[in-house]
Amino acid sequence: MAHNEIMTVNMGPQHPSTHGVLQLILELDGETVVKATPHIGFLHRGVEKLSEHRTYHQTIPLTDRLDYLAPMSNNLGYVLAVEKLLDITDKIPARANTVRVMLAELTRLKSHLVWLATHALDIGAMTVFIYCFREREAIMDIYEKISGARMTSNYFRVGGLSADLPAGITDDIRAFAVAMPDHIEMYEGLLTGNKIWQKRTMGVGCIDAAAAIDIGLTGPALRSSGVDWDLRRDNPYSGYEDYDFEVITRAEGDTFARYKARLDEMRESCKIINQALDKLAPGPILADCPKVCLPPKKDVVNSIEGLIHQFKIITEGFKPEAGEVYQGIEAPKGELGFYLVSDGSAQPYRMKIRPPSFVNLQALPQMVEGSLLADVIAAIGTLDIVLGEIDR
Amino acid sequence: MSEHAAVGKLKQSFSEDVLDIVEFRGETTIVVKKERIVAISTFLRDELGYNFLCDLCGVDYLGTVPRFMVVYNLYNIALKDRLRIKVPVEENDAKIDTVSVVWGTANWHERECWDMLGISFNNHPDLRRILMADDWEGHPLRKDYPLQGPDREPYQGRLQ
Repeated sequence: MAHNEIMTVNMGPQHPSTHGVLQLILELDGETVVKATPHIGFLHRGVEKLSEHRTYHQTIPLTDRLDYLAPMSNNLGYVLAVEKLLDITDKIPARANTVRVMLAELTRLKSHLVWLATHALDIGAMTVFIYCFREREAIMDIYEKISGARMTSNYFRVGGLSADLPAGITDDIRAFAVAMPDHIEMYEGLLTGNKIWQKRTMGVGCIDAAAAIDIGLTGPALRSSGVDWDLRRDNPYSGYEDYDFEVITRAEGDTFARYKARLDEMRESCKIINQALDKLAPGPILADCPKVCLPPKKDVVNSIEGLIHQFKIITEGFKPEAGEVYQGIEAPKGELGFYLVSDGSAQPYRMKIRPPSFVNLQALPQMVEGSLLADVIAAIGTLDIVLGEIDR
Repeated sequence: MSEHAAVGKLKQSFSEDVLDIVEFRGETTIVVKKERIVAISTFLRDELGYNFLCDLCGVDYLGTVPRFMVVYNLYNIALKDRLRIKVPVEENDAKIDTVSVVWGTANWHERECWDMLGISFNNHPDLRRILMADDWEGHPLRKDYPLQGPDREPYQGRLQ
């Protein structure tokens, strides 16, 4: 056998542990990764191009399909950006904001459950997978009752919500938020003290704070490297400043730290959901902006103004004044940003999405180079990527 | 005059290079000359604390001169503050220096900008297409690139 022979291995795009259609070209020296080159774009659908040819409302369903594990977070980021462009952020009714926060946190739980399930499955802990999907199913049922769809919710609207919450749903959400911390305890019981789990995650995929900021990591991945930054607290939106929650940070910057940080974050999400349920009061769900928000059906059939507004919004859309805004939100995977440029027409002139997974994936080579091939699987899992939003 | 603290400091150090300052919806955009983008970026990161590049993208203003804008959305983690830098780029010289030496995260963003809009980045470590296939022709997010694709008739509407 020749020494120092580098072997090139193709991993993906049809590999189950790449969480979608990610292709990695790995150059190996024995079992050690010398170089890792991600190839992306297999799922590119041209969302940004499409949005330039649609009205602002028509783009909301496209955002569902970015990070399809957290559709409501995408909806939220997009509608907040459009509301900022229209300068109607202050007009969003309290009930709509509370429901948005509640559902965004429920979405965070949903996303983190899939992350934990697949991450654990990838590195050999099969049982957790089934339990996580059981809880995720409960969230899907809530999603279905609220929006009619289990995944592509398309529920938020520019100015508020598409419909009010169905009767009795708050009881389901309350029951879930009360039961969830015990489930998280159980996941911890299966993993945290587990020697195999610790061996597979501790000291694996390390990244320090300076490198994490340089490469652009956000969300739990950045906070696990000791950077105390959470947009919900630092640049609050939708009334997050009124909720009492902790921002979880860890110092170690390894896969185990990211695991612990996300689990603790799920507990905080349960707290926020409970607070939102306490806060939830009856009231309007759409802003009083007749040129932007679709009127209630009874106004459409009973008043000429309602009919005209409905007709105008459906056929033409609304026209924000020319300008540009950037809105970032704390999505489950990190900072999800929408940069919108308006030229005064009914379509965005340019929409740029800043997907957290795209930027987080960029850190993969430096996290795995020099480590073992098996740790690549752990590193992909811990970055919590979704190819739908990477490729857009 | 603008309220934003970074504007004054940037104007002081780069008085020749600041072209325009726009305030819209509480956000500040500073338009600067492209020749000095690396120096300005380094100054923003080291002196003013904008240590995080959230996003970098290009915008095609077809029909205006200069045709392109490269947009840098910056964030200051210590002050929790956002700032946007825009740089005009001409169509016949669609090149700008890379800022991946200042913020490592710019690497993939610049690749995407090249892929989608055909703006090239000087001294970039790895300027390849990122979302489209390697042999793809054209840059899809340019305004003169048809929505239906390069070899298709433009959509005429359902009723025709």
